[in-house]
Amino acid sequence: MGFLFEDDNFALFRDGFLQTIEVSALSALLALLLGTLLAAFRVSPVPVLRAFGTGWVTLFRNTPLTLLFFAVTFGLPPLGVHFSHLVFAVLALGGYTASFVCEVIRSGINTVPLGQAEAARSLGMTFGQTLTMVVLPQAARTVLAPMSSVFIALPRNSAIAGAFSVGELYSAQQTFSERGYSIFAIFFWVACAYLLISATVATFFRFLESRLAVAR
Amino acid sequence: MSLFNRPATASVLYDTPGPKARARYRLFGVLSLIGVAGLLGYVFTALADNGQFDADLWDAFQYNTVQQRIVDGLLATLEAFGLAALFSLTLGALLAAGQLSDHKPVRWACTAFTQFFRAMPLLILIVGLYYAFFAQQPMWALVLGLTLYNGAVQAEIIRSGVNAVPRGQGEAAYGLGMRKTQVMMSILVPQAVRSMLPTMIGQLVVTLKDTSLGFVITYHELLFVGKAIASQPINAAGFPYIPVVLVIGPLYIAMCLLLTALARWIEARGRRGANRRTSAAA
Amino acid sequence: MRTSRTLAVVLCAVALTATAACGKDGTPGAAASASDAPKLPTYTVKTDAKVDSPIIAEARKRGQLIIGAKADQPNLGWEDVASGDRSGFDIEIAKMVAADLGFTPQQIKWQTLVSSQREPAIDKGQIDFYVGTYSINDERKKTVSFAGPYYIAGQDLLVKQDNTSITGPESVNGKNVCTATGSTSIKNIQQYSPKITQFDTYSACVEKLLSGEVDAVTTDDAILKGYASKYAGKLKVVGKPFTKENYGVGLKKDDAVLRNAISDALKAHEDNGDWKKAYDATLAASGSAAPDVPALDRY
Repeated sequence: MGFLFEDDNFALFRDGFLQTIEVSALSALLALLLGTLLAAFRVSPVPVLRAFGTGWVTLFRNTPLTLLFFAVTFGLPPLGVHFSHLVFAVLALGGYTASFVCEVIRSGINTVPLGQAEAARSLGMTFGQTLTMVVLPQAARTVLAPMSSVFIALPRNSAIAGAFSVGELYSAQQTFSERGYSIFAIFFWVACAYLLISATVATFFRFLESRLAVAR
Repeated sequence: MSLFNRPATASVLYDTPGPKARARYRLFGVLSLIGVAGLLGYVFTALADNGQFDADLWDAFQYNTVQQRIVDGLLATLEAFGLAALFSLTLGALLAAGQLSDHKPVRWACTAFTQFFRAMPLLILIVGLYYAFFAQQPMWALVLGLTLYNGAVQAEIIRSGVNAVPRGQGEAAYGLGMRKTQVMMSILVPQAVRSMLPTMIGQLVVTLKDTSLGFVITYHELLFVGKAIASQPINAAGFPYIPVVLVIGPLYIAMCLLLTALARWIEARGRRGANRRTSAAA
Repeated sequence: MRTSRTLAVVLCAVALTATAACGKDGTPGAAASASDAPKLPTYTVKTDAKVDSPIIAEARKRGQLIIGAKADQPNLGWEDVASGDRSGFDIEIAKMVAADLGFTPQQIKWQTLVSSQREPAIDKGQIDFYVGTYSINDERKKTVSFAGPYYIAGQDLLVKQDNTSITGPESVNGKNVCTATGSTSIKNIQQYSPKITQFDTYSACVEKLLSGEVDAVTTDDAILKGYASKYAGKLKVVGKPFTKENYGVGLKKDDAVLRNAISDALKAHEDNGDWKKAYDATLAASGSAAPDVPALDRY
């Protein structure tokens, strides 16, 4: 267990930890924005956009994340898209998670009873008012629980980026095992780091839930 | 079902469009069609300009032996998936039972186990298992890793399903003098499984996709084979990464869609059965 | 919805059977090998070989020798993806050693391992021994033992043909350099402070070099020359080796019997000319003549 505090091991571990958080945070942001956009596409009255949203979700939800990483890191450069590997990882992970976010938001909107919106419209509310004051607040509550599992899964999935030249926790684990430290000790510390991250995300969502909770 | 008949296009977000809105939608439709087609066209021409559709790069897929390797990889993927699905559902059921147990230590241990493996990245779990115990049989490192992780997730799904069954159901069963096991087995679990089946099969799709992590630990599954093909500089055209993604990707998507279709079919069957029972009771 | 799904399934099935039905025999790129190329030597299998090592006893019981190797290094450790045939200098070395241990080439089961998987695989017994551009160094000797060296390479840089700015390790400062995870090359290049990109295989690095993502790929010249010959006119090796890498056969730590047996086998084949013949038939195709045979280091 003590190996972490020898040599420069702690610096490597800390960098890996920060890098994991960076990749996860950026991907979460991308996933949220892109996922909301895709959800908007999927519930829009324009068939082409609906088809595009459905196509994206089908494609990205059913492809292994590892394969997506391959497609992004080795498929984009020949198309003239050159980014750092961190950005490639964020694109792959964000695009993948966006398809899940889209589905969560869409099903959240669909759970709002039709009568609610109709009532709002018959009161003379505009589209924007209906959306922000009636539909979204109700959708947000049902969305929160599935959304939290999507975003708890995200930092976990970010480990795959380690195999694609991003120096995060998984690649720190690889380096440590090359240096010959006990696999159990390495596993212990890496596990602690991930538990910390997922506990933080879970607490954040529980906080949101308690803020949004209403007596029914 | 609502008492009023609404047009099929009715949505919570917008009213049935009038002539003006329909014209606007058509305009948006044409614009977005142009946008999407332009994007696809750009990707296609960029790939073509880059020589990604050159016959040389796709040559490898013509050979019997390569096709055989892809099929072998597919079978290896399915084998790992089958085992992991079986074990993870079993483990999930056991853990869920433990979490709902009346004995505090059992409940506590099962909850801790579930939460721990739910939070661990599968990749790190699999690599850890491989280095620590299964260097000689990478398949079991993969299967066990998938089982632990997905078992924990399935346990959560089953548990929340059981908790979501209306409380009156359990109370009525206890009131009839059933014991805890009986209440669980004949009242709560069947209802929970029916309502949670789509989610459980959705998790099985995740399991299927995650078998692709086996490539990291030298398990010869579909992605490993694809990567082997992709890392062969057959000729000066470069490495066939994009052709491999275009061949392997649809295979995974097809498998996952088949599994999802199976889920829908089971769900539809279950609903039919349930309806029949209720109508018979009425 | 339902019909479209059924249609998709049918289309998939048709596509699968169609590809399966129109397969070609043979291997891609096989025509490229010229008929006047030097012939590979064959090695006489010592059927009476007595090696009192638990690893060999185990291998004999299962009737197979499991040898770890690389699969994506032209002329060194190469697996033809279509036929599954292995070729290259490392592969020949492995076959020589196997023959002296009493195993025919048909009895060898190859296991492709990337650089970072070597030590655990040897240590945990996934493979019996490893032959694949495996540099002998003290840090690795803590977890595995080495027989050899059987070849001496030096770390070099692979760049695009038109690149004139990278002339040696001193000029990579701040440049994007790609190398394999878990290789000695990483540590050696780090002191010249480039931006390092890591993948599990060198072929991924070469792909990144071809697409312009990285400026150079660094590892041993023997590996790089193989890629340079594959991509003649596109890539070149800088040609200023700045380290000395002794390639050895990696095996379970402290199995002295097996280590000596492998050393003896290497020695015998170096002396009877097989080593030179194997080199001429494989690595020489990368464009450099056979060097002197390195002296074995029996520790």
